[in-house]
Amino acid sequence: MIRIEGYTQYFHRGGVNEIRALEQVDLHLAKGDFVTLIGSNGAGKSTLLNGLAGVHRADEGQMWIGGRNVTDWPEHRRAAYIGRVFQDPLVGTCASLSIEQNMALSFKRGQGRGLSLGVKQQDRGFFREQLQILGLGLEDRLKASVGLLSGGQRQALTMVMATLIEPEVLLLDEHTAALDPKTARQILELTGQIVAIKQLTTMMVTHNMAQALAYGNRLVMLHQGGIILDVSGEEKKNLTVEDLLAQFYTAQGEAFASDRALLC
Amino acid sequence: MSWYAAIGAVEQGLLYGIMVIGVYLTFRVLDFPDLTVDGSLPLGAAVSAVALTHGFHPLAALGLAMSAGFLAGMVTALLNTKLQILHLLASILTMIALYSINIRIMDGPNVSLLGVSTMLDVMPDLGVTGYWSAPLLFGLLAISVTVFMIWFLHTELGLAVLATGDNARMITAQGVNTHHIIMLGVGLSNAMVALSGALVAQNQGAADVNMGVGTIIAGLASVIVGETLFGRGGITRGCIAALLGSIVYRVAIALALGIKWGAFAFTPSDLNLITALLVVGALVTPILKKKWTRP
Repeated sequence: MIRIEGYTQYFHRGGVNEIRALEQVDLHLAKGDFVTLIGSNGAGKSTLLNGLAGVHRADEGQMWIGGRNVTDWPEHRRAAYIGRVFQDPLVGTCASLSIEQNMALSFKRGQGRGLSLGVKQQDRGFFREQLQILGLGLEDRLKASVGLLSGGQRQALTMVMATLIEPEVLLLDEHTAALDPKTARQILELTGQIVAIKQLTTMMVTHNMAQALAYGNRLVMLHQGGIILDVSGEEKKNLTVEDLLAQFYTAQGEAFASDRALLC
Repeated sequence: MSWYAAIGAVEQGLLYGIMVIGVYLTFRVLDFPDLTVDGSLPLGAAVSAVALTHGFHPLAALGLAMSAGFLAGMVTALLNTKLQILHLLASILTMIALYSINIRIMDGPNVSLLGVSTMLDVMPDLGVTGYWSAPLLFGLLAISVTVFMIWFLHTELGLAVLATGDNARMITAQGVNTHHIIMLGVGLSNAMVALSGALVAQNQGAADVNMGVGTIIAGLASVIVGETLFGRGGITRGCIAALLGSIVYRVAIALALGIKWGAFAFTPSDLNLITALLVVGALVTPILKKKWTRP
């Protein structure tokens, strides 16, 4: 379904600040896999997601989405097969447009856009139905400007928009990190619900080990640009936060004290 | 101000209103400050004037002017998107290049349209005569352009243009190539500006290479005046406000030019200064208001 092979990504290549964010990463996702990605800051989690989305051009390696080699595709072309939710709740939606206009935009994801009416009467029913899943009452506010919504509401809307047209892969880049704990929990539950209903292939980056264990059927840990742990199924179910920390410390070698606070 | 001068000012407002709709599209919708307009207004005038003197039908001349304007906008957009030149600088580059191109097109700094059949001569054929024919023609055209813009911004493509100006990362993630949208938007805007320039030339009976100086500032002033007086909410309101803003702006300028204090009177060359002050005032007022109302 998703195949990443030998993916290497540099930043500022050739300059004094050259960083090798990812080195020879191989990752295969089967249809319906829900992978949680963890790792410390700078491990390459977001780079991996952005690399698959086409934000960066891979320095080395190949990528396939559903059998299509997308390595040389620009971001907007890959978008036809990818649903994305960003860390910043403001990135996923247009503040100056209404809820229904935003939904109409993503209801055309990856398709040609013509001169027919942007928001079609016959789509409104579907939009309402999809918003009802959220239980936030947004289905009665189709014409409200998105700028009036809270961060949590906007993130929930982005979640629905990313899955309006069923994506071949859903990429969630720490999509609850900028929310307050209660809203974050709601969005996360919603994520689990939507992914389960639509049986989506999903990659979710998180900083929270408990979340990484509670969600998904597979867990991948990145460290300094490489995958150091990849567990799935029963093995993942039996994993504990302590196991993960132990793994992490072994990989890191020394000086964990500062990371312990960050990861727990 | 005489009745005759008032009609003249409204007529100017309608004529330049077409340009203001174009400026609204780039400045407000696409968030792309586009100075190309100072060059594409005379470009439209030059192309239509040369086409007219070569015996083209006035409508065909307008079509050619719009195509030329669209191309000029595309050049700015290409410089900005593909060559990654800052939008302001890209548009200034196109603008100064157009100065030379306009002189080439006209084979001189201006072209007279005396004795040449223009859009205004088409009106009597349609059965409209008298001094109402010009304001009526320009009014119809300005309203058509405004309605077109409102319609366009409600289409699928128009929504993508709105989203590109609002949040480029979001719309890219929805599968839209923002480079194409910027080319379309800036092109369309400059097509409007060139149409406006073509009509201005036909109305005043000559195209001149310097007639575009200050277009962007006049356009911005009109957009801002429109927003201040008629509100900002929504696209429909925004487009109508831009057109009305243009009329108010031209009437205000006409009134200012009529002011006399003893021996002092404004001359048409003071227009740019007045406009600049007007724009600064309109931009600064909301900030000052905020400052003063804070406890």
